[in-house]
Amino acid sequence: MAELMTPQVPPVVPSHQAAVGRRTRRSPLVSVALHTTLVVASLIAIFPIAWIILSSFKPGVWVQSSELSLVKEPTLANYIFVLTETNFPTWFLNSVITAAFTMAIGVFISATTGYALSRFNFPGRRQLMLTFLVTQMFPVAILIVPIYVIMASLGLINTLAALVIAYLSVAVPFCAWMLKGYFDSIDTSLDEAAQIDGCGPFATFWQVILPLARPGLAVTAFFTFLTAWGEVAYASAFIQTDNKFTLAYGLQQFVPAFNPQWEYLTASAVLITIPAGLVFFFAQRHLISGLTAGGTKG
Amino acid sequence: MSTATKAETLSPGEPGRPDRVPTAPRGLLRRTWDKHWYAWAMVLPVVIVLGVLIFYPLARGIFISFTNLTEANQLGEICTRSITGAEECQPNPNAWSVIGLDNYARILSGEVGEFWLWFTNTIIWTVGCVVFHYGLGLGLAMLLNRPLRGRGVYRVLLILPWAVPTFVSAFAWRFMFNQEFGLFNGLLTAVGLDPVAWFDNRWTSLSTAIIANIWLGVPFMMVTLLGGMQTISSELYEAATIDGASAWQRFTNVTLPGLRNVSMTVILLGTIWTFNMFPVIYLVTGGQPAGQTEILVTGAYRAAFQGIRNYALASTYGVLILSILLVFALFYRRALRKQGEVW
Repeated sequence: MAELMTPQVPPVVPSHQAAVGRRTRRSPLVSVALHTTLVVASLIAIFPIAWIILSSFKPGVWVQSSELSLVKEPTLANYIFVLTETNFPTWFLNSVITAAFTMAIGVFISATTGYALSRFNFPGRRQLMLTFLVTQMFPVAILIVPIYVIMASLGLINTLAALVIAYLSVAVPFCAWMLKGYFDSIDTSLDEAAQIDGCGPFATFWQVILPLARPGLAVTAFFTFLTAWGEVAYASAFIQTDNKFTLAYGLQQFVPAFNPQWEYLTASAVLITIPAGLVFFFAQRHLISGLTAGGTKG
Repeated sequence: MSTATKAETLSPGEPGRPDRVPTAPRGLLRRTWDKHWYAWAMVLPVVIVLGVLIFYPLARGIFISFTNLTEANQLGEICTRSITGAEECQPNPNAWSVIGLDNYARILSGEVGEFWLWFTNTIIWTVGCVVFHYGLGLGLAMLLNRPLRGRGVYRVLLILPWAVPTFVSAFAWRFMFNQEFGLFNGLLTAVGLDPVAWFDNRWTSLSTAIIANIWLGVPFMMVTLLGGMQTISSELYEAATIDGASAWQRFTNVTLPGLRNVSMTVILLGTIWTFNMFPVIYLVTGGQPAGQTEILVTGAYRAAFQGIRNYALASTYGVLILSILLVFALFYRRALRKQGEVW
């Protein structure tokens, strides 16, 4: 372990004075090193995204040119093609519906499950916790076929409902686990007080605890939305007609596998990322406090 | 908590649960039910979804791995429609059958696919990614866990890769590593070096995927570790400082122990997620060159689903992958237990 962290040691030096809560005198040299490191890291973090955005405004010839350029003959042609020549609006709507349902149902059932796991010591609790961990181990690529068979027998093939259900099975175990940790960090005396006031377990959960768990719920919403928004494998297996495609899968339709049209790919990548970015923007202030407790209690 | 009538009226969705203990006396059953029905009701939707979509497929998958079921032989009967319109069915002479452990033998002996090559790749891939995820995540979290001008901005920018759908990022990296017009080769050419054919060599190809995945995975680690650091009481740091502990000693004696639980959880989860990370390898290297950079999940997918879909092979790979991860989790857990962890 120690070897692993050695590279991080130098910048760590002044940290704990700060962690103590005082803005201590940090030598200018350290300050510069600190900001330089963070600026470089931030640049690396946003660079691929920025590069795709820049490329999406270039005409096809310049996207596929070995000559490097930030922007050359900027054009909206790629976007116009994607938005008008493909079924983009339909796919967009399908994606929004799928992601919204996955998010709403996912957050709700993760919250009830997380709460039950956190507060009640019911028979089957330990097994359920272990199950959540074990479900993370199943390779999606292998589960697709049996799930397809089930969906077919339920008559759900080529419906968005099939996708919502499949995405729930992917996202909910982790979310419930995470929320369980978050509920653990909320004082149980609140539950007790609510019960003395005559609330049943459901009312306690709904009226007292849930409003306090907002950061945790925000992270869950973010996670479930992302799971549904960018998923390709299930979408390609369960959806068969053009009018039911989701964005992530639909946009790959006009990109042949062996001769990708990178300029359209870049534009569609940007278009797909925008809604995810919006959800991220609303959730990000809660991410750290929301995940905090989720991690502390395994 | 109240009454039996309440339990009866409010929980029609919970049939059969108490059947688990059929021998128990009725009174005990009733009491267990009254005490726990609301907890069960709260977890029921999740249990149903997981049961139907994870455990039934798993059970079926384990069974199928002992058969030779493929897309071609899945029908038990072949039906033909005669002139009169009547349908006539005959048993399919080539229908699938149970063949025992053959699939496992064929995969592990290398007769089908390249299990051991993929396995090696998976280990390199998982260890490489998780070490960097955790190391960089911890480093950045330490930098951000202090008063600092522009902290909020840095934090948002550093978490941003998380918000990008995985297949978009995978595509972005493949685009940047493109041999003819990719950014990296453009930069190499610009400084007078030869462009590199990244995907023509096993190691450079695997590196591109690992780099892409490190970029993808650091934000999650950073955020969870940062969250963990904020739960460490500042009094501990004060006490350590008063006792004359150096920065390094504070790091090893306060920060790391304080992060222990979070670390153990995210390392385990990170390992499992990376091990099964399908889209990055599939989209960035695509197994190039010639399948040399497949990891187990992508290799299995190609082996089983290219051409005639071989359900039996797919299931066998699935069972093998799951077994490897279960064994890993068991050892991991045992190692933690030895250090006094109750998990």
